[in-house]
Amino acid sequence: MKNLVILSGKGGTGKTSITAAFANLAKNGNPPIKTVLADADVDAANLELVIKPKRVASHEFIGGEIAVINPDTCIRCGICEQICRFDAILPPDSTRAAYQVDPIACDGCAACVYQCPEGAIQMQPQKAGYWYHSSSPFGDLFHADLIPAQENSGKLVTIVKQNGRLQALDSGASLLIVDGPPGIGCPVISAVAGADLGVIVTEPTPAGAHDLERALQTVQHFRIPALVIINKADLNPDMTQAIKDASKERNVDVIGEIPFDPLITTAMKQGQDIITYQPNSPASQVIQTIWKKIIIRLSLSGEEL
Amino acid sequence: MTNRDSLKIAVASGKGGTGKTTVATALALSLAEDTSKPILFLDCDVEAPNAHLFLKPQFREEKPVEILIPEVNEELCTYCGKCAEVCQFQAIAVLSQRVLVFPQLCHGCGSCTMICPTNAIHETPKTIGVLQKGTAGEIEFARGVMDIGEPMAVPIIRQLKKWVAPLKPKITIVDSPPGTSCPVVESIRGSDFLLLVTEPTPFGLHDLKLAYQVAKELQIPAGVVINRENGVYEELDEFCAQVNLPVLMRIPFQRVIAEGIAKGENLLNILPEMSEDFQNTMDVIKTLVKKGK
Repeated sequence: MKNLVILSGKGGTGKTSITAAFANLAKNGNPPIKTVLADADVDAANLELVIKPKRVASHEFIGGEIAVINPDTCIRCGICEQICRFDAILPPDSTRAAYQVDPIACDGCAACVYQCPEGAIQMQPQKAGYWYHSSSPFGDLFHADLIPAQENSGKLVTIVKQNGRLQALDSGASLLIVDGPPGIGCPVISAVAGADLGVIVTEPTPAGAHDLERALQTVQHFRIPALVIINKADLNPDMTQAIKDASKERNVDVIGEIPFDPLITTAMKQGQDIITYQPNSPASQVIQTIWKKIIIRLSLSGEEL
Repeated sequence: MTNRDSLKIAVASGKGGTGKTTVATALALSLAEDTSKPILFLDCDVEAPNAHLFLKPQFREEKPVEILIPEVNEELCTYCGKCAEVCQFQAIAVLSQRVLVFPQLCHGCGSCTMICPTNAIHETPKTIGVLQKGTAGEIEFARGVMDIGEPMAVPIIRQLKKWVAPLKPKITIVDSPPGTSCPVVESIRGSDFLLLVTEPTPFGLHDLKLAYQVAKELQIPAGVVINRENGVYEELDEFCAQVNLPVLMRIPFQRVIAEGIAKGENLLNILPEMSEDFQNTMDVIKTLVKKGK
């Protein structure tokens, strides 16, 4: 079973639209590739909106714990405030008689729990979201909703991905496609871990190029082979060329240039992927060529080089 | 926030790539035309910082971001295992005759050091990113940049905010990261107003709803900028009306904007007439903030 992760660094370059198109091509290819999908952008999960899955099961996600001070046993010594490195302890004032934890600032380290001389502080688990197993026309989908303003999205990414992986192994799928989050931090690292190939979707803008560089460094830091797709490539041909040159210097192949195609957005508004909506649109044609290169790279095409 | 004459506006989105940085930099530039009010621009998207590409600041000051990670003196260590017991992040493991520290997992809370009964642990700084400060024309500019391979953005954002606190600007514009989890919360905490940039698509709307939840959770008044508007997308306006989220600005979809941004131009360079729209939006924001107090 192969594990493909789609990333970008910069948000909004088209990761999810392209992932949905890949899922369609995998299912309807010749030969078809049995695929499981995982939406690892748990902060803002969107894959569900274009592949319209049916929910099979929902699970609660308990994230980290946060500290809670019992006002009845707090002796107001202030040790917790002194030792907290996250400025999460609020001192007594006119609105509160005892010390109190700011739940948003609390990092969940529990240092105060162990340092409180009265044992007045306890850790309390926080319900941080839900994760789901759904069934879509293109295969099983694992996805999640993080409750807004909650932490531990890296942990939730790991749960979504691991369950996708288990399902893939159980059902004899040969591919797991992970739709990654933007950025390069903890949820991205969780999404990238264990991947056989990282495909980075960028756009020919200064921001896209800048963040591609950071995404490539991140993927290479974790020793994952990478390929690059330039989306909306005709918006700025000079920048597209610059991205190709920079990728060449890093020994990374640019495997396709998708033209700026408003039909991708129109398809999304219809709740469809671009291949379903307009299989012969300029973007669809390029995406099909790109997909062929990816499955050859993953040795899934049946015609390995 | 108590009575004061400074204003902090955070620009956020939920979904990435909706135009946060485009809007935040254009807002800052339009306000900088009135030089009597010093402006601070804070790029809190430390994983993928891009505002410098449009404001082109000159950096004059730099400071590493460090967290304190434990180092164990095994001559004093009795392998009692207390440190591993209190660590919530599995960043320290005690074997029968060895202690292993995993710096990538460590949050730098100091709990292990405080609990060690033989004082066998001391802390050493580990660099996880850098803070930079400078000016872009009339605008004070500061940002944080996370080191590659580091997982934690929050301490960098937290230290960035502390670092610039002495500047006491009249107006602060915060460019926040995408998403809805801890780095976003840390970026926008303490702001007086949240400007949510969205696009009229199902993805944009879905993620705007989440970003709105964050605003509600943090009790920050919010308004919406609809970017790349192209025809009518009723669901978006319906949602905004339903939850009483004012639409402060609509930026039309134009290929000339997309191409200009692709060349690294800021929005006001491409469409100078929009400066007035941003100044007007700012006036509305001020009224909304006053009303909320």
